[in-house]
Amino acid sequence: MSEALKNFGVVKAEEMVLNMGPQHPSTHGVLRLRIRTDGEIVSHIEPHIGYLHRCFEKHCENVTYPQVIPYTDRCDYLASMNNNHVYAMAVEKLMDIELPERVEYIRVIVAELQRIASHLMALGAMGLDLGGVTPITWTFRDRERILDLFEYTCGARLLYNYIWIGGLSHDLPPKFVQYANEFLDYFEKQIVEYDRILTYNKIFVERTADVGVLPVDVAISYGCSGPVLRGSGVNWDLRKNEPYSIYDRFEWEAAVGKGEVGTLGDCWDRYWVRVEEMRQSVRIVRQALAQLPKEGDVHAAIPKKIRPPKGEIYFRAENPKGDLGFYIISDGSPVPYRLKMRSSTFCNLSVLNEIARGWMISDVVAILGSLDIVLGEIDR
Amino acid sequence: MAVVVKTYEPKFWDRFYLPAILKGLAITLTRIFVRKDTILYPEHKHVPAPGYRGLHRLNKHADGRIKCVACEMCATACPSNCITIEPSAAPWDDGEERYPIKFEINLLRCIYCGFCELACPKDAIELTEVYDFANYTRDSLVIDMDGLLEVYEVTSQGSIYTRQNAGQPVKVAQQL
Repeated sequence: MSEALKNFGVVKAEEMVLNMGPQHPSTHGVLRLRIRTDGEIVSHIEPHIGYLHRCFEKHCENVTYPQVIPYTDRCDYLASMNNNHVYAMAVEKLMDIELPERVEYIRVIVAELQRIASHLMALGAMGLDLGGVTPITWTFRDRERILDLFEYTCGARLLYNYIWIGGLSHDLPPKFVQYANEFLDYFEKQIVEYDRILTYNKIFVERTADVGVLPVDVAISYGCSGPVLRGSGVNWDLRKNEPYSIYDRFEWEAAVGKGEVGTLGDCWDRYWVRVEEMRQSVRIVRQALAQLPKEGDVHAAIPKKIRPPKGEIYFRAENPKGDLGFYIISDGSPVPYRLKMRSSTFCNLSVLNEIARGWMISDVVAILGSLDIVLGEIDR
Repeated sequence: MAVVVKTYEPKFWDRFYLPAILKGLAITLTRIFVRKDTILYPEHKHVPAPGYRGLHRLNKHADGRIKCVACEMCATACPSNCITIEPSAAPWDDGEERYPIKFEINLLRCIYCGFCELACPKDAIELTEVYDFANYTRDSLVIDMDGLLEVYEVTSQGSIYTRQNAGQPVKVAQQL
């Protein structure tokens, strides 16, 4: 019998390569996923990145230290304030600058508000990816109020250039404290509403519980950080473990996943950590607003000439999406000799293949949403 | 292969999904009675807070003379090199000795960081609240000195968006 006749009528499933992106709506930007599928089951995922590469690091070697700040805005563009903050702290540590109290408090206030805004975006986008269209309109509505506060403070809505080396670009405008308190009062009620419409919605829970479980050892070996790591039950928050700025003065708890529904470390846990972190951020902002010193010049500590001494520094801090690190080598000139950015979402995305294998293509969307990637930071 | 464990098991009634959908609808329906947060954009414009960093303008003295002295501090401070200035000796005898004969800003390169405004020793360059200056060609988004001075004329008489919302036809984009 010939070979063709022997195989007659035998259906054989073969692996198929599927390209998801770069224009796929659930890839949160321009990311291409090369998925090898066996039927509907994913057997391998390869993220192809670089579509948003803008030579951030090389560019920084050609501009002065303060001029780098607007570019750090554009890395993780959903958390520009935090990027500014980490970069400014890195250079300040290199130059040994003491900051006025008021500056530290304002920085914490804006950084935590930005954390809320970033998490709101993550929650809304994840809900949208899984088919819930309402949550994103609600999270955008509340994010808009934070952006309005920022616009009122520094004149920009997305790319602030607010936190400078040794200070801030503007002092807080009058009535900021009142507006911020009003927002927090309003926002605390909204978190309850998110819980009702999304977090404990049965359909949402069924799509995310048990899906894409990230074991602790895998998370640590891949260098995951932020809500992705804490979702697996690791209590690692740089604001607690290596307190920087003035985070040790406030009362709050790091949000750690508990595996409330499903297995510990699943998509739902990573989602829930963000919701809980918003609550903790509200607590921090409330305390910071109450303790905010009345007096203090935000420009007082800004050096006239920013020429860090020869040397190098690595400084990391907790961004909404994980540990953000800046490694700066200074040769004593006003331009950084080398600037390396350790981006959290790059490491968080690298774990995708590990946790999405064995799940269906529709679950990849949920897993990607729970990783909360920003391509601006991954590609830089 | 990744860990695929099932510990979450939905109850029999949850399998219908109807209660979950109805519950969600009930929550969204309550929103009908809340004041809406959106504005109807082209008819009603968002008025930015003072200090908003939008389109640039070049300020003038009370006598109509340009404030800029072409010191090129803004061009030096600019992280994206979007400002081009050509200085020249001023035609007037009193006052500043230099003034720009060419002052060009490439709005597509500009990142609206506001460093030019801060670097300026004469308060000549300023960022205004204008945000809707999209256009069709790249050439039209390179704004020259006349354009910048015209933006000053339009924006120096109070917020243009408040006036537009009040029904006055104020346009900035046309001279770009």
